[in-house]
Amino acid sequence: MVATLVKLRFLLLRNSLKRSAWQLVAVIIGALYGLGALGLAVLGLVALRFAPLEFATTVVILAGSAVILGWIVLPLIAFGIEQSVDPARLRVFPMSMTQLLVGLTLVGLLGVPGIVTSIAALATVVTFSVSLPAAIAAVIGAILGVLTAVIASRTVAALSTSLQSRRRFRELGGILIFIPILLLGPLLAWFTRGVADSADALPGLARALSWSPLGAPFSIAPDVAIGDYGPAALKLLISLATLVLLVLVWRHSLAVSQVNPPAAARKQAARGKTGLFGVLPATPAGAVAARSLTYWRRDPRYARQLIIVPLVPVLLWFYSVNNDAPALLNLTGPVLAFFLAVSIYTDISFDGTAFATHLADGVRGRDDRLGRLGALAIIAVPLVLLGTIVPMFWTGSWNLLPIFLGLSAAALLGGFGVVSVSSSRIVIPVPQAGDNPFRSAPGASFTTALSGFATWGVALLLALPATILAVCALIFSSALLGWLTLLVGVVLGAVFLVVGVRIGGAELDRRGPDLLMRLRMLRGA
Amino acid sequence: MTDPSAAPTPAQAPTPAAAPAPTPAAGTTGTAAMQLTGLTKHFGQKLAVDALSLTVPEGSFYGLVGPNGAGKTTTLSMATGLLRPDAGQALVHGVDMWRDPIKAKALIGNLADGVKLFDRLSGEQLVTYNGLLFGLDRAEVADRVADLLRLLDLESAAGSLVVDYSAGMTKKIALACALVHAPRVLVLDEPFESVDPVSAANIRDILTGYVQNGGTVIVSSHVMDLVQRMCDHVAVVANGRVLVAGTVDEVRGGSTLEDRFVELVGGRTHAEGPEWLRRS
Repeated sequence: MVATLVKLRFLLLRNSLKRSAWQLVAVIIGALYGLGALGLAVLGLVALRFAPLEFATTVVILAGSAVILGWIVLPLIAFGIEQSVDPARLRVFPMSMTQLLVGLTLVGLLGVPGIVTSIAALATVVTFSVSLPAAIAAVIGAILGVLTAVIASRTVAALSTSLQSRRRFRELGGILIFIPILLLGPLLAWFTRGVADSADALPGLARALSWSPLGAPFSIAPDVAIGDYGPAALKLLISLATLVLLVLVWRHSLAVSQVNPPAAARKQAARGKTGLFGVLPATPAGAVAARSLTYWRRDPRYARQLIIVPLVPVLLWFYSVNNDAPALLNLTGPVLAFFLAVSIYTDISFDGTAFATHLADGVRGRDDRLGRLGALAIIAVPLVLLGTIVPMFWTGSWNLLPIFLGLSAAALLGGFGVVSVSSSRIVIPVPQAGDNPFRSAPGASFTTALSGFATWGVALLLALPATILAVCALIFSSALLGWLTLLVGVVLGAVFLVVGVRIGGAELDRRGPDLLMRLRMLRGA
Repeated sequence: MTDPSAAPTPAQAPTPAAAPAPTPAAGTTGTAAMQLTGLTKHFGQKLAVDALSLTVPEGSFYGLVGPNGAGKTTTLSMATGLLRPDAGQALVHGVDMWRDPIKAKALIGNLADGVKLFDRLSGEQLVTYNGLLFGLDRAEVADRVADLLRLLDLESAAGSLVVDYSAGMTKKIALACALVHAPRVLVLDEPFESVDPVSAANIRDILTGYVQNGGTVIVSSHVMDLVQRMCDHVAVVANGRVLVAGTVDEVRGGSTLEDRFVELVGGRTHAEGPEWLRRS
């Protein structure tokens, strides 16, 4: 049964590669990237064999802790994590929980990240090959460390699924809970940079981490190497206890999610209440806007995009405090404008095959584009204005307002133009409506990220004229250039917007049926 | 409609209000509500629809039957502008679907199989959405939505999200979406799948009334008995081709439609299934 699961995972990979050449390219790039990183890591670890033992210990513990943390945090924030063998789909098979756990662990180990992590972890055996007991301890530590990473990652994924099925993680509120987790990264970076300023603090940090679940598996071997058998035994115990605890939590939350599939929350509106459809204009474009806006409110996949709203000012505040450059906070508006605009770069993927409604009803591409942009504008314009104006209060730099308003306009309007075109062309696998918005869709991968980054690149390029003007205005403290930035941002942005809607609309009119066909081919769309 | 539990017979005249009357002919010619000529579609190596031609006369109640994988859904998708044909032409009241899709689509009410709805909207919102997308004004849409919800017995569920509907209710709300702009041609792909018998009878009444008022209905189904009772024309499709088409009486000859279908399509086996499945 376990072997079948592992086979299934490779079969899925092979079939998805067969279907799309891009997917193959993505896997090859991913593999090359992994190999490169792996080569460097192994070389480094071997080289550490000849470094002072204390230095090697510090590096291995810090790196190992970071890897485990990465395995835990990445599935929460990244789109493209491997989830091709979805426990929820295995619900119908007579499989014991133990078989399921072992199978899923193996599946996690046998992906590219799993293999890379395993080999790198085993390379620590070379690092600590100062004595036979130390080398043996390194093998045990490596196995424990990798298992902790893989299982912790699966546990977090299962927890977020079961949390969703139990507590109706549906609307904005559910999303907000994840903000602290997302902020963990920058907080840690901020913290470690403070530490890095005084490099001699690093061994202390490593020593502290070596007693935590993150660092314990990687500190067994160094302790054995210097003959500290007592602490080594304690750390082995910590690692084992962590693993057992993780497996227990995983097992429990998996059990919950296996019998309680995420169900829709019942929502009942009064008869005759059509919500936004009665408020926005009664035209096809207005109807599309009302529909989109309703989805922004009801569908966590959209609400997820709004995490960026509190995140941007907080992050900028961090950096401005850290670098002693309060002016950085002024960038809140433009950065917010950019991220909000590109958030719908593949809006039609989120529709799934429901897009057929637009196609069957003969909605003009232009109306479709305008409606989706309208909904986003209703959300984004007030937020961006707030994000541009409020920091000016804070930093007391009112004279800079035209510059940053211009930048915001350029980013927002230009971004609207870009996503009008991109969402008429790009169809990627996304989580289905009602799924955990943090779960990556089966089949999502590097291609997903690639199309996203390409869209970002174009959007940044379109904001370039206003950006150059803004930089000049700041360098020469020229009020005239500042007003010019505003003018160029608004006018050029509006031009990009109109052109984008035209091109995207025509594209949709021409290739709507082909888009639907691609949507149908995505699993479960 | 007045007594949903009564088995409807063709003689039972439905109330005129039972269906939105099709809009009068708007400058189109010809008597064919839908004319498919040489429609062809490949999926990779597989030929799904093979130069299929079919004429659906105006005012007919046309059944499209065929085994699983015969190409019914593919054909209807190409006829309604959801799937681009490799070759061939689809005319709706003389308007070419692939030359002038927006005009052609306005003539069609489409219940497609195998696509989702915008199911985070309430039933009422979804029908309203479709009405507005066809360019109806707000008051008109509100009236029609209220009528349709009442006709399809969805009033109590009007405020629930469509995602919470049962399969049958979802079919019914999709039918309401197809009807809301009073199309001249209704194209329904498996409209009776998982619909309860009472609702199915109600839907049949609505469709019969619609045809009597000059509309055209094209319906695909697996249920031969239903097609024989309900439709006046039928086409049997297999392997992407029309095997036979005509009035129901012409097609079935002396036997039942089901017997004739099995005779045409073949593939009926009389085994009792494998031995290991016969225990107990």
